[in-house]
Amino acid sequence: MLIYVLRRILYTIPIAMGVSMVCFALIHIAPGDPLNAIIPEGASPERVAQIRTAYGFDRPLPVQYLKWLGHVAQGDFGESIMTQRPVMSEVLPALVNTLTLASAAVLFGFMLGCVSGVVSGYLMGKPADRIVTAASIAGVSIPHYWLGMVLMVIFAVNLNLLPATGMGEGGSGTFGFGWDSLQYLILPALTLAVIPAGIIARSVRGTVAEVRQQDFMQTLQAKGLPGRRIFVHVVKNALPAVLAVMGLQLAQLLGGSILVETVFSWPGTGFLLNNAIFTRDLPVLQGTILVLAMFFVLINLVVDVVQTAVDPRIKRA
Amino acid sequence: MSQPSIALTGSGAPTKGKRPATRSFWRNVLRRLMHDPVSLMCFAVLMLILLAAIFAPWIAPHDPYRTSMARRLIAPGDARYWLGTDELGRDLLSRLIYGGRLSLFMGFAPVILATTIGGTLGVIAGYVGGAVNMVIMRVIDVFYAFPSVLLAVAISGVLGAGVGNTIFSLTLVFIPPIARVAESVATQMRAQDFIEAARATGAANWRIVTAHVVPNVMSPILSYASSLISVSIVLAAGLSFLGLGVTPPEPEWGLMLNTLRQSIYVAPLNAVLPGVMIFITSMCFNLMSDGLRDAMNVKQ
Repeated sequence: MLIYVLRRILYTIPIAMGVSMVCFALIHIAPGDPLNAIIPEGASPERVAQIRTAYGFDRPLPVQYLKWLGHVAQGDFGESIMTQRPVMSEVLPALVNTLTLASAAVLFGFMLGCVSGVVSGYLMGKPADRIVTAASIAGVSIPHYWLGMVLMVIFAVNLNLLPATGMGEGGSGTFGFGWDSLQYLILPALTLAVIPAGIIARSVRGTVAEVRQQDFMQTLQAKGLPGRRIFVHVVKNALPAVLAVMGLQLAQLLGGSILVETVFSWPGTGFLLNNAIFTRDLPVLQGTILVLAMFFVLINLVVDVVQTAVDPRIKRA
Repeated sequence: MSQPSIALTGSGAPTKGKRPATRSFWRNVLRRLMHDPVSLMCFAVLMLILLAAIFAPWIAPHDPYRTSMARRLIAPGDARYWLGTDELGRDLLSRLIYGGRLSLFMGFAPVILATTIGGTLGVIAGYVGGAVNMVIMRVIDVFYAFPSVLLAVAISGVLGAGVGNTIFSLTLVFIPPIARVAESVATQMRAQDFIEAARATGAANWRIVTAHVVPNVMSPILSYASSLISVSIVLAAGLSFLGLGVTPPEPEWGLMLNTLRQSIYVAPLNAVLPGVMIFITSMCFNLMSDGLRDAMNVKQ
């Protein structure tokens, strides 16, 4: 097991390097001189020269990359063009907000997906199963940014029950755990939960049906175990696969939340990224994407390791 | 070893008369699809949208570009403007009909491109194996390590808005998963006895690949690619919704949703209408893809 974990971590290193290369390349595929893209407007010639040497723009590309990587490894992602603040101080609070939103969404999705998945896995082919299946297909097909708008129209505009946008009173950027904050979280989290709910429901349905068809289920039934005790066995066997799907969905939502964050003006990484794109704030854009992608790689690693720990039969190479 | 994620199907080992065998496999798929009411209905809906988009100039009741400040945001149900008008007074129905052109094109093109490129890369990596496999698949892994929406937004964001850039970024997003499917199947194929037999008879690699490998990897790849069309349509419209795709004043569902969003408090019905089109289209493609998967009997 330890060897597997170590091998899995070793395998992650080249991937992480590759991801950093792609992020580095982003600034270079942008139209125009990459140097102009990262210098704050109206910078003095000395500052320009300083940045030029600091980032090694006068050196060949591989050297530039290594220099950049050195800065990044020390947590220096450069300065935002718009706010002139270090990129990290912009990205980190936004990342916390995105994680809050994504976790809430996965939690919603998990509850919804598990319940409906178990129901339809037990009632294969019955009307309830058909309804769940249709709903989960709708869930994965729906343009969630549009669903966000629809929910906004219903709950914020028509019923006036929940706030439409933002994260708190007067554009507050901090999240508390009272109703004051939670009411802002409900609509975006619900919107974002639809996709994981659909995917989890589908996978739970499949897993439950599969587990129920295995031989030991017949044994359990034959020895007269009551239904709820059998259910415990079903859950035990289905859980590793479902947890893995949930972990991967959380990872996907980190990037997927950009559209929903834009709809609801939720001050997370997606919102930050969107602003960075339209103000051509490339250092912020690059930093946000790098941080999110690294987080994604990390979550994938954790999911793999945890899944193997729970169920040693799966050892992914 | 990792479990094969996709089971092999198709005509199995095509020995003599393999061409007819392959053809009858696809004929069977088509026949099963024709007997699936859900697939048929979705196909009908999609054809309606597609034909309306193609023949838009003859079907659309109004000019989709003509603005008028006097008739802004007329509610749906109007006698002259059936689905109402947008924030610049343009007829919504006409714009939705015309919008199908770009929306469908931008949803389809990346999947077709990515299937061709990703499928080829995957088959090469799987069939050749060794160092070639290593290089191709590790590069693919790096792109696979990004959340898909993030990668699309990042590339489009850096390159700027435009139809071409959107298609480029979505193609790049879809190549890795398709290449992975193709590689996994092609690797399984390589170990099959009939490939070994073909090699023993002295068949050239090119011939083995085109005659044996490609027909057999086709169904898992196509089945997977078909499931991506719906994702692609939602994502392409999503990029336009962010302002990273189609540029105004072109009619496109995602962009319409974006500009109408400002009017959500004034005319909520008008504002959410373009999303209905995206939803219906994506849902139909998803259901058809499920039907296709069942018809080809590919286990995913």
